[in-house]
Amino acid sequence: MADLTTNFLGITSPNPFWLASAPPTDKEYNVRRAYEAGWGGVVWKTLGSEGPPVVNVSGPRYGAIWGADRRLLGLNNIELITDRPLQTNLEEITRVKKDYPDRALIVSLMVPCDEDSWKAILPMVEETGADGIELNFGCPHGMAERGMGAAVGQVPEYIQMVTEWCKKYYSKPVIVKLTPNITDIRNPARAAKAGGADAVSLINTINSITSVDLDLMAPQPTIGGKGTHGGYCGPAVKPIAMNMVAEIARDPQTAGLPISGIGGVTTWRDAAEFMALGAGNVQVCTAAMTYGFKVVQEMISGLSEWMDDKGYTSTADFIGKATPNVTDWQYLDLNYVTKAKIDPDACIKCGRCYIACEDTSHQAILMKEGRVFEVDDSECVACNLCVDVCPVEDCITMVELPKGELDERTGRKRGDYANWTTHPNNPSAQAAE
Amino acid sequence: MTTPMTPGIQSGRLSADALSRNFEDLHAPLDAHEARVAADRCYFCHDAPCMTACPTSIDIPLFIRQIQTGTPEAAAKTILSQNILGGMCARVCPTETLCEEACVREEAEGKPVIIGQLQRYATDTLMAKGVHPFTRAAPTGKSIAVVGAGPAGLSCAHRLAMKGHDVTLYDGRAKAGGLNEYGIASYKSTNDFAAREVAWLLEIGGITVETGKMLGADLTLDALKSDHDAVFLAVGLGGVNALRIEGEDQAIAAVDFIEELRQSTDLTTLPVGRNVVVIGGGMTAVDAAVQSKLLGADTVTIAYRRSRAEMAASPFEQDLAAAKGVRLMFNVMPTAIADGTITLEYTATKDGKLSGTGETVTLPADQVFKAIGQTLTTDAGLKLEGGKIAVDAAGRTSLAGVWAGGDCATGGEDLTVTAVAEGRDAAEDIHAAVMGA
Repeated sequence: MADLTTNFLGITSPNPFWLASAPPTDKEYNVRRAYEAGWGGVVWKTLGSEGPPVVNVSGPRYGAIWGADRRLLGLNNIELITDRPLQTNLEEITRVKKDYPDRALIVSLMVPCDEDSWKAILPMVEETGADGIELNFGCPHGMAERGMGAAVGQVPEYIQMVTEWCKKYYSKPVIVKLTPNITDIRNPARAAKAGGADAVSLINTINSITSVDLDLMAPQPTIGGKGTHGGYCGPAVKPIAMNMVAEIARDPQTAGLPISGIGGVTTWRDAAEFMALGAGNVQVCTAAMTYGFKVVQEMISGLSEWMDDKGYTSTADFIGKATPNVTDWQYLDLNYVTKAKIDPDACIKCGRCYIACEDTSHQAILMKEGRVFEVDDSECVACNLCVDVCPVEDCITMVELPKGELDERTGRKRGDYANWTTHPNNPSAQAAE
Repeated sequence: MTTPMTPGIQSGRLSADALSRNFEDLHAPLDAHEARVAADRCYFCHDAPCMTACPTSIDIPLFIRQIQTGTPEAAAKTILSQNILGGMCARVCPTETLCEEACVREEAEGKPVIIGQLQRYATDTLMAKGVHPFTRAAPTGKSIAVVGAGPAGLSCAHRLAMKGHDVTLYDGRAKAGGLNEYGIASYKSTNDFAAREVAWLLEIGGITVETGKMLGADLTLDALKSDHDAVFLAVGLGGVNALRIEGEDQAIAAVDFIEELRQSTDLTTLPVGRNVVVIGGGMTAVDAAVQSKLLGADTVTIAYRRSRAEMAASPFEQDLAAAKGVRLMFNVMPTAIADGTITLEYTATKDGKLSGTGETVTLPADQVFKAIGQTLTTDAGLKLEGGKIAVDAAGRTSLAGVWAGGDCATGGEDLTVTAVAEGRDAAEDIHAAVMGA
């Protein structure tokens, strides 16, 4: 069985699965249960400055969207940072870290954007013996209106400034957690790096309204007839998160900056994908909130099986392995050709590929006598929609046309690699030297 | 005290409690959660095979999607616009040989979407709200006679009423409903559903029901023709095929037994034999056999003259019978009934012809039911074909102005759902004929 021990910023954990700063990590009771269940690390739910704690709503905090069979696909929340006293949290963190020295324990922080506030809290956190801190620059609701959370994360200068203070008053690793509610994720990542951050973690939750109560005519979760945007997470946000991770991983200005990947990690495969794109580990919340802490067991066994299968002996073997293959559209090979192929034995004859292609794509699937579906290569643009709508995995596959073979659609033989930068239709094409 | 072992034909073999449990709904209705889970399995197929397999062409993917999205009332309207007896069909259709057999999930996993039960969920939801979702068109001034208030007649009458015609719906029995009321196993139509469905159907208005009027006895086709602008005959098959064996007089028609059971208000008073033998291989045979068992008969045997593969009752029905403790005997035909026994002769097929092998077996039989097919009781002077009223695709008989459908007419299987389709389609043709040219 592959060794899943992962070293992230010099912090060693028995596996790369950390619980993200969120409700599951709000107190000692939950965190102990998480460690017992096998989680490699925990980012303790965000602490604020000393003084009267924040107050949460006492109505519903979460909204959701579901797939078939009410499988939870996306969750949003309007919960704030911890609403328990700072001292209570610090004492619990100290106790827990002492009892679980082999597990990672990171403390998430969010205090007002002034040096004194950070100078005040950091020594207290240092005293707990926790392995590092994560700066919550992402929380999109409630705290942002008080000049914290996303209000900081949306201004790269503030990110850099606060990160610098943290590096000044705290000796252990500083992770900057980024908000996705911006136009270009690379700027806050660059600012974090410039401020001396040891790593970035992303994504925090996305501004969202998950549903509208059509009787109350109000967004959900609804509090006394009103609703507000909440932070969206869960499987639905994974594609957005992975793109942002990849953008930072391949940005020359931040290349090599460690990344903790967050956003919809639900299975071992999700974790492997984030890590392949450059994340040194992953953080999980919604999967645990949906199924309980036990889900980590599948993540551990699955990742381990896959690593054995691929011959990876350490997570370091595959972290970032897919990063070089993330490129810009203009560098894609325009001479690469595939054609959809339907396996008639696997086909259950639902006809979804046919109607998707017929109504919304390229009329490249023929429906023949006896509900036999066949691809017309002379019309197939290889868009992959049929593959995506087919209920049977691997029933429809995209078969690569070998070089030199005729593409029946274009009437041209497949040529060598050529991209848009040199394409004759591109007005700013560079002539090949 | 009477028990299943008490000799002869006796009532009260089981307690009232046991009987009421035995005759509960075959499939408990789905609740909202079960319906959502089941509906989520539908793939919303293109040109869906289930829809093609349905004799009434209900848009199954659409109605299931409507259930998925929390609008079972809309789903019911989708169903009922094609099949006004969608509620009954959801209960009695052999879905395992129709929509559910064609479901792509059957091909994918051997477990179809439970279309029948979902259809029941949708139609029950609407009917429970007391909603009749159709309204009549402006009156046409035309009058149509529908003879026979079974599935074909009800379907035809409703469609005609919807088009604005005035319909007189005649039936020879005391209640409307036909086989839905008198001829289906009671665990498929509990809580007087057949009668409730008829009452709900009649809410469309414009249909006058005249019961106790039998064609050939109380009504003549000539009089109907002269009193109405068109006539639709849906008189069913009132006769029962004979066994043509010694002791025939001791055999009872299974349909009569089923009718008596359906109309009984106290099953503890309904007699059944200790040892029951049912001759036949169709749904009626299974309904009679299973209900005999449920009434408390000690042994019940279905004796069918051909092999299991040729049995008209579906594999689901066969399994149901076996699960209830009915013994299925194949390749046997009755030769004599006498003194509480029945003698069966084994059969074999040679050169495509079935004949006895000479070897016999005698079973104890206090009660013998015959269920080997039903026959038309009146031809009303119309051209017949294979013992049924000959009709074209639109349901037109050999006589102008007279249409026919359901079991009494040619075309399609003798199923409730087929009868509904034939009644509906004949109504469309009648409408075109009386309004058109």
